[in-house]
Amino acid sequence: MNEDDRNRIKELLQQALPPVASEPEPERDLWPAMLRRLDVHSAVPPHLSRPWLDWALLAGLAVFAALCPASIPVFLYYL
Amino acid sequence: MENRSSGVLDHFRQGSPETFEAAFETLFRLHQHAVYGWILRIVRNPSAAEDLTVETFWRIHQAHARFEPIYGFEGWARRIATRAALDWLRTRRPESELPPDLPAPAAADPAVSAEIRRQTALAFGRLPVKLRLAALLAVVEEQPQKDVAAALGISVAAVKLRVFRALRLLRKDLATRGITP
Repeated sequence: MNEDDRNRIKELLQQALPPVASEPEPERDLWPAMLRRLDVHSAVPPHLSRPWLDWALLAGLAVFAALCPASIPVFLYYL
Repeated sequence: MENRSSGVLDHFRQGSPETFEAAFETLFRLHQHAVYGWILRIVRNPSAAEDLTVETFWRIHQAHARFEPIYGFEGWARRIATRAALDWLRTRRPESELPPDLPAPAAADPAVSAEIRRQTALAFGRLPVKLRLAALLAVVEEQPQKDVAAALGISVAAVKLRVFRALRLLRKDLATRGITP
């Protein structure tokens, strides 16, 4: 494809897809939609979204298994 | 002004929850139009561009700790916006029609019929999405290649290569349909 071909296909493409206006603006204020999006995210209870709870449960399980080794096969069975 | 802007960016990156939320709102109001405009250039659908602007700022909200103020907010936001728009483009069928509310060409060439323009737009929609994106920004929207490269996270040479490949594939596709530019 030579330079002329490239220029012709560029022109055709610009005819087919006219550029967007220089400074387009949204038709509505997007901040309320942004707040709704953030609210949906924060609707998850905070104690469920914190990784420390996972680690605390895991630590508790490890301590229990260390104190009662006989419980390990039972846990493994139910996994 | 610069100090104020720098303060907003610092609060956005590592402020307390209250100062962070205020900084985020300030940044949203300052940059929403630029982000919307950039996304609209890619997706060419005003309604989708509005939704993707919100999606972009949500991603920005989630990733605030990774923001580096020295690189500037606008470029960072533009890169996240490009990724969000790219995800949206990937979900679209290649043959999907263009939205009807796009502006007509300001100076339409009478030698190029509406049918040829339509076929060209459809053929362009069939290109691989990464090639399409580079060509759309660099050729159709005539954005500086440096900005396109930064938004796509690639080099300027890679942008040129993608544009070249996009135009070559487009020409081949049109040729198979009997359209020779």
